[in-house]
Amino acid sequence: MRQDHLITATQLSRDDIEAVLDRAREVADDPAAYADRHAGRVLALCFFEPSTRTRMSFDSAAKRLGIDTVDMGDVDSSSVSKGESLSDTVRVIEGYADALVLRHPSEGAATLAAENVSVPVVNAGDGAGQHPSQTLLDLHTIRENHGLDDLTVGIMGDLKYGRTVHSLAAALTEFDVNQHFISPESLRIPRSVRFDLHETGAQIREHEELEPVLDELDVLYVTRIQKERFPDENEYHRVAGEYRIDAETLEAAADDLTVMHPLPRVDEIAPDVDETDHATYFEQAHNGIPVRMALLDTLLENAEADEGTEVDR
Amino acid sequence: MSDHELRVSKIRDGTVIDHVEGGQALNVLAILGIDGSEGHGVSVGMNVPSDRLGRKDIVKVEERELSQSEVDVLSLIAPEATINIVRDFEVVEKNRVTRPDSVTGVLSCPNRNCITNADEPVDTRFDVVADGVRCDYCSTILRADIAEHIDV
Ligand SMILES: [Zn+2]
Repeated sequence: MRQDHLITATQLSRDDIEAVLDRAREVADDPAAYADRHAGRVLALCFFEPSTRTRMSFDSAAKRLGIDTVDMGDVDSSSVSKGESLSDTVRVIEGYADALVLRHPSEGAATLAAENVSVPVVNAGDGAGQHPSQTLLDLHTIRENHGLDDLTVGIMGDLKYGRTVHSLAAALTEFDVNQHFISPESLRIPRSVRFDLHETGAQIREHEELEPVLDELDVLYVTRIQKERFPDENEYHRVAGEYRIDAETLEAAADDLTVMHPLPRVDEIAPDVDETDHATYFEQAHNGIPVRMALLDTLLENAEADEGTEVDR
Repeated sequence: MSDHELRVSKIRDGTVIDHVEGGQALNVLAILGIDGSEGHGVSVGMNVPSDRLGRKDIVKVEERELSQSEVDVLSLIAPEATINIVRDFEVVEKNRVTRPDSVTGVLSCPNRNCITNADEPVDTRFDVVADGVRCDYCSTILRADIAEHIDV
């Protein structure tokens, strides 16, 4: 991967993705070989929105590469609550670290941050925009279970605001994948995502029900439908209930169907699915470590190569 | 010399923006940041009969020649416009507008949750795509409603 930052999944070519996933495989096979690779480096964790899980995943991945982390802490206690702009905040933090991981509630925040600093920026979620490091671990999980070509993937739930969905759908267009989107009418994929999918000529279909396509799927990617997306609670309960799966639902699925979820789940996947061979979401979450190690390793390596070039000049 | 050319040539020095789609003249002025406060003469003709457009608007700005980037932005709301640069009552240059690749600092993003709407010290930047423009930050696509988002 010859990228300085990871901002959106649309920036990634098939080669970029495969290079990171190959490295993730190497990391998973021999983590000890990577243990001190970036000793002395510092990664800044800048989470402007609560996220214990993604933050811990990056923290752990960094430490397993010998990288120290500095954490901005909770937004409430930082200067952000005093009204400092994101542009200023990242310019200051840039001085403390060799790379930044950014989670922010506004779409486009990571793009803006990357314009303001010269160290690598990883977008760990920008509003309802993108979450490309999640996508890399999703792809790694799919690849280890099925390979990444000649596949049929169903993505279900909140496709409008689900940033993991936006990134995954974009990245899958780099492979030979049929995509089915299953959601209530009000939570279909947004215009901007559909635009990119059409631009690539991707095979996509949209449905309101899972049942008619379930038996075609190799992968079912489930996302949470949030209460806040609905004007009233009754409407939420009625709609969300239709996009829940349990072990019985999956009896109609192919035996080797892989069920994924970016987690945390609430009740969209019943606990009885955990006992089936379909359940892959915990494996998926664990894949965050080798994939984020491979990603950080790649970005820091690229940044060092850039520094080298500048010195040569 | 036809009536039409006489009409466009009436200013001494400046720019005449002709063949603007009917109803867009005030948006043209807004895009160019012209509100009369500069003290130059500005005249606007609206709903003038036109062979090509049915009805057109026409904007004349004295003492000012438009830059290429200004002309580029105009193309988004007035794709048929012609730009006449006038010096000493003569049209010295006559150009059609062309669509730019991107537009910086002119439009506001319609996505309220976009980082460009969050009090950051940043100009908006839109890529020009097939039938609209697209925010470089949040990817929101703006189509026929471009004129509503001119930021002045
Ligand atoms: Zn935007």
